[in-house]
Amino acid sequence: MEIVFERRLEPSRLIAVLVPIISVVLALVVGGILLLAAGADPIQTYRAMFDGAFGTPYARSETMVKAIPLMLASLAVSIAFRMRFWNIGAEGQLVMGAIATAWVPLFLLHDRGIPAHTLLLLMGLAAFVAGALWGLIPASLKAFLRVNEIITTLMLNYVAILLLDYLYTGPWKDKEGYGFPGTASFKELAALPRLPEWLNAGRVHMGLIIALVAALLIWLLLLRTKWGYEIRVTGENPEAARYAGINLARNFLLVMVVSGGLAGLAGYGQVAGIAFRLQKGIAVGDGFTAIIIAWLAKLHPLGVLLVAILMAGLSTGGDQITITMGLPAAMARVVQGAILFFVLGGDIFVRYRLRVIRTTGKT
Amino acid sequence: MDLALLVSILTVTIQAGTSLVFATIGEILTERSGILNLGLEGIMIMGAVTAFAGAYHSGSLLVGLLIAVLVGLLLASIHAVLTITFRADQVVSGLALTLFGSGLASFLGQRLGPGGKPLVGEVGPKFTKTAVPLLSEIPYLGEALFKQDPMVYGMYLLVPLVAYYLYKTRPGLHLRAVGENPATADAMGIHVARTRYLYTLLGGVLIALGGAHLSLAYTPGWTENLTGGRGWIAIALVIFATWDPWRAVAGAILFGGVNAIQFRLQAAGTTLPAAFLGMLPYLFTIVVLVIITWWEAFRKRVGAPAALGIPYVREERG
Repeated sequence: MEIVFERRLEPSRLIAVLVPIISVVLALVVGGILLLAAGADPIQTYRAMFDGAFGTPYARSETMVKAIPLMLASLAVSIAFRMRFWNIGAEGQLVMGAIATAWVPLFLLHDRGIPAHTLLLLMGLAAFVAGALWGLIPASLKAFLRVNEIITTLMLNYVAILLLDYLYTGPWKDKEGYGFPGTASFKELAALPRLPEWLNAGRVHMGLIIALVAALLIWLLLLRTKWGYEIRVTGENPEAARYAGINLARNFLLVMVVSGGLAGLAGYGQVAGIAFRLQKGIAVGDGFTAIIIAWLAKLHPLGVLLVAILMAGLSTGGDQITITMGLPAAMARVVQGAILFFVLGGDIFVRYRLRVIRTTGKT
Repeated sequence: MDLALLVSILTVTIQAGTSLVFATIGEILTERSGILNLGLEGIMIMGAVTAFAGAYHSGSLLVGLLIAVLVGLLLASIHAVLTITFRADQVVSGLALTLFGSGLASFLGQRLGPGGKPLVGEVGPKFTKTAVPLLSEIPYLGEALFKQDPMVYGMYLLVPLVAYYLYKTRPGLHLRAVGENPATADAMGIHVARTRYLYTLLGGVLIALGGAHLSLAYTPGWTENLTGGRGWIAIALVIFATWDPWRAVAGAILFGGVNAIQFRLQAAGTTLPAAFLGMLPYLFTIVVLVIITWWEAFRKRVGAPAALGIPYVREERG
């Protein structure tokens, strides 16, 4: 007897929907086993996590705050992945965006008396450009010299993070900061406005609107323009794309301008909307979580928004159990990784079914 | 230049390069079978934390190594099942493994200390340097090459062994055939899936041992983010080495050398900020990768196994 995968005539839609749901449940079981091993009650812990993420208006607003950079970074990753350009460097591009955001009000246009809204616009522009330029390095290397982009995007993360640390602990450090490592605050000069008071949305800032607009634009771009079509064809079949006369090199560069720029905007939101300065806690791995989100959302720009909120919930919930139950926040990362494993394993059942074949004689 | 200084740089170079050699050779074996495993960083860091925890609680280095071997097997088998049996995307599966592994390592690091407390800052058993009789008497070189810890000697044995296995034995030939042309290998009667499983698992073991060298010898103990991207550097080294074990050593020495020089400069009180010295290995990786890619293209030769990253399904082969 032998069990084999047999290709379905039509991919199963039912299973395509079920896979992510079952995956989340199984991943929570894996996390539960880990919690049991750590001597914690899984049900109670998960309830505490859920309450910490969605239980109160405050929790919900904090989850949305966390979701903003995740949304932008995941959009960044997903458009690159659509073209099979493995941009693992969203973290670094986010960091470069954050640096540029702070650079504009603190140094470039300091004491010029520029109105806050103009300043905010210029900061956003600077962040986009900085992220895009950081993304263009691996894109050009790939486009012109065929250098493996996985390694280069990843290495540039480390370089960007070291640069950030250097700046706020070294030359950009606030002299009046009582030794606190960080730049001076530019909150008085330019701060991204929060959502209107009546929404009761706490610290949620206009970065959310940027993320929603970006998602819509990317969706239109991918599905309604010729260029979007080229990206999708290249991702699905690079050989066919080449024969069709699609300029791969140019598209790599363009895609990475958009991708790096979006990741840069994620950094912009974090700095102009939350921290108002460069300090510790800007590079917290959002660029990596974005990879999971993008893949779980099947690289769909609107799906990314939803998954980003769920992952943000897992993260704020994870912080909550760290505070109240003394459990490591890394729990959330383990569960995230496990979700991805199950989705990867489950995806085959969309196209294939299991079939038992009876074989005669010895097997 | 001062000879004593050179010897000390070479000594540190070898120490810094050992974990890279283990991981790179592991990945070479895996990739030679056609499976791309980007989970190196996750496996390495898990190897590091579990090896140290094992050695710490048992008081035995061997137990630590054994646990790292098991952990490497387990983590690599996740990747193997997902990519070989379930035909999942190898890039994404590897990334998931890295995220999962680094999250779990951080979790374990905060739990596996004495009485469920963090491991950070604990002092456990570590490999000490043992001089090889006679060989360590060789002027200068002996000092650098043969006054090292036992895992370094393990590496000295590993490299020629793997090179011989790969190029001179029948199973090595089968391994290369599976990575180059699985359909032909299949027709020759080689079990493609089984071969890929075997070398993905074996690769995982070596990668985890690379991590163990970090926590048991190079920088004994456990700190968050102990591997610091070495897993990724090893992936770049595989390309640098064009999937050849000997060249992997050359690459690891180069990178270990950059590490050693970085420490030297720091100790000598250079005016360069530490952050820029810290960037060196990463920038160096990019530069080397660019040069090697350009060079390979120039020679119109690709060193990568032809079937790398492509799932093999007998019924659907093209």
